[in-house]
Amino acid sequence: MRALTRPARYLALAAYLFFLGFPLLWLISASVKSSAELNSLSVSLLPDQWHWENYTQALERQGIVRSAGNSLVVALVSTALVIVIALPASYVLARMRGKVRLAGISWILVSQVFPVVLVILPLFLILRTLGLADSLTGLTLVHTTYMLPFALWMLQGYVSAVPVELEEAGAMDGASRFTVLRTIVFPLLAPGIVATAMFGFVASWNEFFFALVLLQSPENYTLPITLKMFVGGEGKVALGPLAAGAVLAAIPSIVFFSLLRRKLTSGLMAGAVKG
Amino acid sequence: MSTPSLTTRSTPDSPVTPPGRGPARRARSARVRARRREAIALVLPSLIPILVLSVAPLVVGIALAFTDARLVRRPDYDVVGLENFGRLTDNPLFWESLRIGMIWTVSVTLLQLVAAMGLALLLNSGLRLQGLTRVLALVPWAMPPVVVAIMWQMIYSANGGPLNAVLDTVGLPGDVNWLGNFSTALPAVILVGVWVGMPQTTVTLLAGLQQIPAELHEAAAVDGAGAWRRFTAVTWPSLRPIATSITSLNFIWNFNSFALVYVLTEGGPGGRTMVPVLFVYLEAFKNRNLGYAAAMGVVLVLVIVTVLALYLRSQFRHDSTEKAR
Repeated sequence: MRALTRPARYLALAAYLFFLGFPLLWLISASVKSSAELNSLSVSLLPDQWHWENYTQALERQGIVRSAGNSLVVALVSTALVIVIALPASYVLARMRGKVRLAGISWILVSQVFPVVLVILPLFLILRTLGLADSLTGLTLVHTTYMLPFALWMLQGYVSAVPVELEEAGAMDGASRFTVLRTIVFPLLAPGIVATAMFGFVASWNEFFFALVLLQSPENYTLPITLKMFVGGEGKVALGPLAAGAVLAAIPSIVFFSLLRRKLTSGLMAGAVKG
Repeated sequence: MSTPSLTTRSTPDSPVTPPGRGPARRARSARVRARRREAIALVLPSLIPILVLSVAPLVVGIALAFTDARLVRRPDYDVVGLENFGRLTDNPLFWESLRIGMIWTVSVTLLQLVAAMGLALLLNSGLRLQGLTRVLALVPWAMPPVVVAIMWQMIYSANGGPLNAVLDTVGLPGDVNWLGNFSTALPAVILVGVWVGMPQTTVTLLAGLQQIPAELHEAAAVDGAGAWRRFTAVTWPSLRPIATSITSLNFIWNFNSFALVYVLTEGGPGGRTMVPVLFVYLEAFKNRNLGYAAAMGVVLVLVIVTVLALYLRSQFRHDSTEKAR
């Protein structure tokens, strides 16, 4: 990149920063503006008057608080579930050779290619048969299943990084494999588990498509669905509260991703390199 | 049992029985079977939800494509063979949607790659503000797609949106309805797609750039290669495998992306942003034609697999000719 002089490179970087950062700044700015100011042709990022009541108005809308609660429950439970079931399986994926591993890795890749739109039709029918359509339990199970490929991929990368000698030492002491896993391997995976869990939480918190199809009664809506209904409905006039609600919905994901900053490449690459 | 201390690491001569030695063989095959049982027990908790909620729906979904199933309370359907696919061949709306989907997917994927490559090179060239850039770059990646769509609707807004306000102050028409005009809707949506997917591509490419040994660049510089020549001769060839994988993944993700377009435009105006995933969704859940929608889904799978196969094959060909040289 020495083709550009240093000032030119800073200029290019500034353009990127503007492109990436401005939309969020504008959303935050809109969340403290009055509707009148939002409909005027002014590009000021700072509002004429600070209308913090947009936030209280957003929160007072029952739907938003309740659906945030729904989102939280679904995200926490599906994350916990996915870790509990992916952890042992990721160990097998990382340590076993041959057909098991090949089948596992192939499924992880294939699951990336198949459009959810084809899967959602029968999934809806299956859940309806099980009495789990339009229920948070059903959505939680679906989120768990569709987080699995990613969780398996990340965790098996972390397992591969644990030296086999540690396990052999444990086995020498006469411990069963399950004891070795529980007392030696899994504790060493703690940082990887935390990172995977955060990714899982964000994925479920942000998820839209399954929630849109599976949930029908408003009291079951997750936050993204409630926001979408807000956009199509009264949000057309109440832009300020809509922006405030959107900011609130984005906060958990952005906080978790900031914490994950260093893991973003190492986690994904660990799976790739060691695969 | 005793807690294993880390010092056990320093004893490399682990007492594993050497494989396949006479009388030990029977004991070994018993152990292999025991290990297999253990493996199954460990995998089972993951396998059950995958089979019930992922593999089964996939199989049923493909099967549905050959029926006339409708989304009603009492599903009653007949197997109709290839009829759905026959109907599809003369459904111009579907093929138009597929064309829009390809424009959307290819443009977003390519622009993501180019924009991300630029940013990754900048970030790799020792500028300040790295921390700020990296934090900012996370925002689009982390945000819920619905929030992204709401945010860009405000940016594009025809009354009071900042984009129009800026155009107005420089003397251009400042009342463009970006998401509502036939000609601007698709490009506007594509820009949002690039914004969303650029960060992940940047982070991936940057990781690749940082693995290229500096000596390679120095050697090329000593040989008198200019910046562009160094990029084409050193950087790009080393980055190629990573660029290929992230491009393939981006292609799949963009093709399957739903929430962004659904919230931004719902496929409008006049179907100008009706990406195929949205089209199939509406056919299934608004028109309630499950079987017909499943047939469309199957066609989408075939399209995506074909495009990916062609792309990966061309990349592979390229690699082998490079090596043969």
